[in-house]
Amino acid sequence: MTLTHLTNFELFLLLSVLKVAVVLVILLLAVAYTVLLERKLLARMQNRWGPSRVGPFGLLQPLVDGAKSFLKEDMNPLAAERPLFILAPIIALGCALISVAVVPFGAVTRVHGVDLFQIANVNIGLLVILGITSIGVYGITLSGWSSNNKYSLLGSLRSTAQVISYELALGLSLVGVVLRAQSLNLRTIVNSQSAHGALSWNIFGGFQIVAFFIYLMAAFAETNRAPFDLPEAENELVAGYHTEYSSMKFAMFFMAEYANMITVSCVATLLFFGGASSPFGHIFNDFFNTPVLNAVFPVCWFVAKVFAFLALYIWVRGTLPRFRYDQLMSFGWKFLLPLAMANIIVTSFVIAMRG
Amino acid sequence: MQLALFIIFGALALGGALNLLLQRHPIHSALSLVVVMMSLAVLYWSLGAEFLAAAQVIVYSGAIMVLFVFVIMLLNAGTEQRTRGSRAAYAVGIPGAAAIFCLLSFVFLSERGALKSSNIGGDLSSATDNIAEVSAMLFTKQLLPFEVTSILILVAILGAVVLARKEQ
Repeated sequence: MTLTHLTNFELFLLLSVLKVAVVLVILLLAVAYTVLLERKLLARMQNRWGPSRVGPFGLLQPLVDGAKSFLKEDMNPLAAERPLFILAPIIALGCALISVAVVPFGAVTRVHGVDLFQIANVNIGLLVILGITSIGVYGITLSGWSSNNKYSLLGSLRSTAQVISYELALGLSLVGVVLRAQSLNLRTIVNSQSAHGALSWNIFGGFQIVAFFIYLMAAFAETNRAPFDLPEAENELVAGYHTEYSSMKFAMFFMAEYANMITVSCVATLLFFGGASSPFGHIFNDFFNTPVLNAVFPVCWFVAKVFAFLALYIWVRGTLPRFRYDQLMSFGWKFLLPLAMANIIVTSFVIAMRG
Repeated sequence: MQLALFIIFGALALGGALNLLLQRHPIHSALSLVVVMMSLAVLYWSLGAEFLAAAQVIVYSGAIMVLFVFVIMLLNAGTEQRTRGSRAAYAVGIPGAAAIFCLLSFVFLSERGALKSSNIGGDLSSATDNIAEVSAMLFTKQLLPFEVTSILILVAILGAVVLARKEQ
């Protein structure tokens, strides 16, 4: 069955819808199994097993958890502001899932003119991700306020202030990468790091190691993960901004947090670790030169790098103590932001001297 | 395609703006304004100004409106009380608004030909990337307004810090 009777636009539409469906399913499965990964890794760090009863090595645990979330009673507090109460987790989860639309997770592989491994190749891909992160703040803000609960409001306001403060350091730390790639297009940024394998990745050959650390710390704060997870610490503010949420809505917040983690890890691999390119560069290009393997191997490299970042997230959660709120804010404003600006100045100076 | 996008998102922007006026609680009005800002961003993108669309989302919807929402939440402003408008406002307002609407439509319709052939963005050639073009213009020909605007924003930030400082 050839698809020659469809016009170009219809072909593009069909393949795009297919890509969106596949990527969405894979991303949601990844979110569910990231929860399991975290529980297992944290458990091993604390010298216990983690979920190991349900299925072999606890692998069916996410399915059981999902079923439990569906079947739990969906409580709606009487005094909660209904429309916003329901809208907040939708915004949080929606924005967490949308960012993956501009991420190229493999090498350029064209089928009937449509690139298989990127859903939307926009010229401002990086700004799209930053913009969606900015909109995701509303999910947190509205959830705390609409719960009509003092602890939720405090938790959500703290979390909102934290997220918008670290957004600045996050955005500025990426400018060095953009200066090297001369474009905001994520494909162009990945291609600018593909010259010599691992040596030309932005963290090594691009000398963006300071920017990488700023990005990493800002990303930990953006996703409200340890050690910046004061707004959702159980022993601080009951449960922060998702105190009043139960079953499916709580599950949506939970999924949104892990989906944000995955998005941030994807962006870190794209911008600092060469995306889908292999660390060996072009050395082994002639060995497995079939079209199928040429398409599959870059995706495997990308997944491996994202997995490494997720493991790093979980490792840091299991190791570092929490920041106090004022320490957190002063760290973001008084240390990371000036350091990011200094990084921009030094990077542009070096590029101007070289070129 | 562009017409469809314009109709949908123009209607959304208008609906959001009307909702902003008609809602009783300030937080619903602020969220309607966010909808308006994002519809405007889509309209900018459909006209080819992709960087401006992204800046609109990041700066306006993602930072400024978050601050608005923050303030409304902290001040705990309640629902607005419905009062009857003053008769004088209705007597002057409705004919005034109708007059302005008629004047604007007359001007736009009579200048249809000139609007169609206008050269918006004439300085920008579409030869290179949108962002490269805008930044080249901003840092060479428009450098003085750029620097003066940044000093203006710095003065505003300093003023805010001074005003919000505790008395010592």
